[in-house]
Amino acid sequence: MKQLLILSGKGGTGKTTVAGAFISLSKAKAYADCDVDAPNLHLISHWSSAPQRSDYFGMPKARINTAKCIGCGECLSHCRFDAIKAGTPFRVKPFACEGCGVCVAACPADAVSMEPAPAGELALYRDDARVFSTAKLAMGSGTSGKLVTEVKRRMGSDAGDAELAVIDGSPGIGCPVIASISGVDMVLIIAEPSLSGISDMERIVKMAESFHVKTAVCVNKADVNPAKTEEIRAFCRERNLPFAGTIPFDTEAVKAINSGKNIAELDIPSGRAVRKVYENVMELLWKEAKQHDYKSSVGEHGGVR
Amino acid sequence: MKITIPMNEQKLESGVCPSFGRAPYFLLYDTNTNESKWTANNAAESSGGAGIAAAQLLADSGANTLITPRCGENAEKVLNGANIKVYRSVDGTAKENIDALIEGKLQLLSEFHAGFHGHGG
Amino acid sequence: MADKPLTVAVLSGKGGTGKTLVSVNLAAAAGEAVYLDCDVEEPNGHLFFKPEKPEEETVAVKIPQIDTELCTGCRKCVEFCAFHALAVVGGHPILFGEVCHSCGGCALLCPAGAIQETDKAVGTVSSGRSGHVDVFTGRLNIGEASGIPVIKHLLGKIPSGGERPVFIDCPPGSACAVMESIKDADFCVLVAEPTVFGAHNLAMVYELVTLFRKPFGAVLNKCQEGENPSEAFCLEHQVPILGRIPFDPELGALNSEGNIAARENQRYRELFGSLLERIGKEAQHEAASDS
Repeated sequence: MKQLLILSGKGGTGKTTVAGAFISLSKAKAYADCDVDAPNLHLISHWSSAPQRSDYFGMPKARINTAKCIGCGECLSHCRFDAIKAGTPFRVKPFACEGCGVCVAACPADAVSMEPAPAGELALYRDDARVFSTAKLAMGSGTSGKLVTEVKRRMGSDAGDAELAVIDGSPGIGCPVIASISGVDMVLIIAEPSLSGISDMERIVKMAESFHVKTAVCVNKADVNPAKTEEIRAFCRERNLPFAGTIPFDTEAVKAINSGKNIAELDIPSGRAVRKVYENVMELLWKEAKQHDYKSSVGEHGGVR
Repeated sequence: MKITIPMNEQKLESGVCPSFGRAPYFLLYDTNTNESKWTANNAAESSGGAGIAAAQLLADSGANTLITPRCGENAEKVLNGANIKVYRSVDGTAKENIDALIEGKLQLLSEFHAGFHGHGG
Repeated sequence: MADKPLTVAVLSGKGGTGKTLVSVNLAAAAGEAVYLDCDVEEPNGHLFFKPEKPEEETVAVKIPQIDTELCTGCRKCVEFCAFHALAVVGGHPILFGEVCHSCGGCALLCPAGAIQETDKAVGTVSSGRSGHVDVFTGRLNIGEASGIPVIKHLLGKIPSGGERPVFIDCPPGSACAVMESIKDADFCVLVAEPTVFGAHNLAMVYELVTLFRKPFGAVLNKCQEGENPSEAFCLEHQVPILGRIPFDPELGALNSEGNIAARENQRYRELFGSLLERIGKEAQHEAASDS
């Protein structure tokens, strides 16, 4: 099974819309939404069955046993995260608590313990033919590679004989993005033709390159700034990065999404463009890598479903 | 050699796990006795620093060789400190990788990706 | 017109909706103002303001420093550390600074007193002026775990007893960095896009500001003809709609070149001016109804 990851560096570039189009065009039987902070893919994926839901546990949170608390304030004076509120009784502020455990160590009365805290929810949609894995971080929780890894793992476990998996990645360059890149065959970067969009795209390209994963770039809303789009093309040429195409800004796309239709299935400017980008990406994904030794640098994952 | 490999399943005929820090199990294979030992990887549960914790686990396990598809630079520091040699795995089962290593066909892992970091926030 | 200058936080559930567009242009339209870029992983406001002669300060956190002579290799620190920032191999301790959350626990627990704390730079705050706006930009160094120390430092830049409105450009999402950014805000502006994605993400920040009991209102960005699911959400949940910014290729072009529309274009000067006034009225109304 080949895994294609769609990244953007910056939010709002159209990553999820493109991922949705690719899933429709490829009739992919396995897909995942790794943007666990603000998952959107489920809004355009049509499933009649309810998903299997499970809790995701992140860092534990401190809890003060009010019966044992002697009100000495040692926890408060040691807490570096402003997570303890003085009072009768002393209380932990759960959103601020980072789970370090210093209060447990500092308490002379053994009144503080660390308790498992659900930090989000995983959802797995399944039927005879397809699997869709997604998750949502609870408000205030820190993002981490752990939840992203779990989302991908669940997709992988149920992928059956799927040939292609499409993964909607998270924005940014941090830990969740690194976790999404791990084990994929190709990354498609969706870039925005603006000053900030280019700066964010460059950061993401550097990161993908350091993983030696086959990478391609496409520009969405390209007609908003043709000069900047050309800058991105030139950047790709300089770095020997395949340029997968451009997609114009299309008010019809917004209408389509809002009425639950997939742009890939419509005869609208963005639909026609995304189909071309899809063809270019598929050609890159499936061709044997000759000029770049992807095989030896990425390492194979044979045997893993 | 005491070879350790990150694995998804407790079977020598299974493929190598693509993740190092969050692999569910580690195989420890002794080439002198041909014995396999399986350890659950507690580090997989960590919110962050999984690679570091997994490497600490391996440092304590007595392994002197690791075969893995990838490894972060933080984990590499720990492995280095414990004198564990790190080789890049190839397509195939754990058993095939072990045989390849013994036959001198595996290469040392030379690229370590940037460390993962826990909280984000 | 507000009685006292406001601190306004601008947020959205995801990136790319127009948080920076709105916060930068509001600050520019306000005349004398303070702008804080709390999106420390990817700050963009400075690309628009281009502040003059920016001065940079380092933001540091405390991390452990282990005296290897005193260290007995007992590993209490390794066992305690919830973030796995410590390892002991061959009897020697190793610290991973960027994974460390600066909780101080290892220094507290070390039975040999081998751990002291030392400063480690995690980011910067740069200060400069652009026209009549004081621009403060937070930047988190690549590889660092949490932007919160940088955000805290930024919030410390808000002049106390100040006379000028403060605009806070928040990080996207609803994670802990966002909560930190809105902590001291008098009023929250939620920016939303007219798609089902936009409405879904608006719901997330709506939950956040409601939980924190912050007065708030919405700005609908990139509005075009047809249904607007975000507008529908606002109507359903009685979220005041403070303003609508129509989708406009001219605005898109100005923005993508890093220009501040409110400074370059009369129409936008007026649009953001009215938005500012509306925010002031809404905030005052909320304050009055609280007392």
